[in-house]
Amino acid sequence: MKKAAIAVAVVGVIIALYVGTHRHAGDHKALSSSAAAMAPALTMVDLSGNKIETASYRGKVVLINFWAAWCTPCTEEIPQFIAFQDKYRGQGFQILGISMDDQENALRQFYAKYQMNYPVVIGNQRIAQDYGGILGLPTSFLVGRDGRIQQKYAGVTDFARLEHDIAALLQAGK
Amino acid sequence: MKGIENRLHGRGGVAAALTVLVVTCLALIAAAQSRGNAIPSSELPPGSPELIQPEELVKTLASRGAKPLVLYVGPRFLYAQAHIPGAEFIGAASDPQSLDRLRKRAAALPKNSRIVLYCGCCPWEHCPNIRPAFKELQKMGFKNVKALYMANSFGADWAEKGYPVEKGEAR
Repeated sequence: MKKAAIAVAVVGVIIALYVGTHRHAGDHKALSSSAAAMAPALTMVDLSGNKIETASYRGKVVLINFWAAWCTPCTEEIPQFIAFQDKYRGQGFQILGISMDDQENALRQFYAKYQMNYPVVIGNQRIAQDYGGILGLPTSFLVGRDGRIQQKYAGVTDFARLEHDIAALLQAGK
Repeated sequence: MKGIENRLHGRGGVAAALTVLVVTCLALIAAAQSRGNAIPSSELPPGSPELIQPEELVKTLASRGAKPLVLYVGPRFLYAQAHIPGAEFIGAASDPQSLDRLRKRAAALPKNSRIVLYCGCCPWEHCPNIRPAFKELQKMGFKNVKALYMANSFGADWAEKGYPVEKGEAR
């Protein structure tokens, strides 16, 4: 029995070492309530021609996703974002995509092909700076109902973690 | 007696099964590693000699010796916010126009020039720019080209480490 336990432990360590050295998890930073800054107010026109004012999102939990159509890890996340938008819309959840694409045509093609169910605006340097600098994609921010940035996710998103955070903010009424 | 034999047989069976499990795991890992080793160097797998680590480049750029030419082959928005001081903007090498710009820039250089390419737009294995740029310079006959390895992004692997940056639009 002892040998069996040792063998299982050895296998576990081997697998853990392998997984640990072959996976780049995204960076996930929770902000304490005192550090949580107000999300910058944006007024822009989205790809469908609708005026987007993020101030009107107050009272909702909002995910701001910086991405680009050429960025593979970004585009791989879009179907999951679409699913989250569908699942939590009724509870007051809203996603806003901010594209950092240089080429608008590729972005529009992607947007249409994936039938994205949330607004996407075209980003610029000012918006990136307002969010503290976007020095890599994908990068997302989760904003509470009070308009404060609660979480930052840099790199490939851990969706289990993100969904947990979304659900917690929706329930907290924060 | 028979009960003892059965128990021994049962233990032996468990031990044998576990041995098979361990050997299988090791074999799978070895297979995965050998696949990794089989990746061509132009694909720039982590650990390949064609890569330069950020800390090494920082030291090189800070030294008094000859500096390599640093070419940025990523998207415009990233360069404008922060880039390695002195790095020249080429543009996202996944775009044929930028690749053409790279060819033109490199055409005037001696083939033994020390060149460092970097992007940092997104996690290394997904970067659509660094490999096309590296392959292009290889194709042109440049032998002294390194790609700056940033596992996650320019933000995580350079700027947030406190390495020097400058801002400004591409010239």
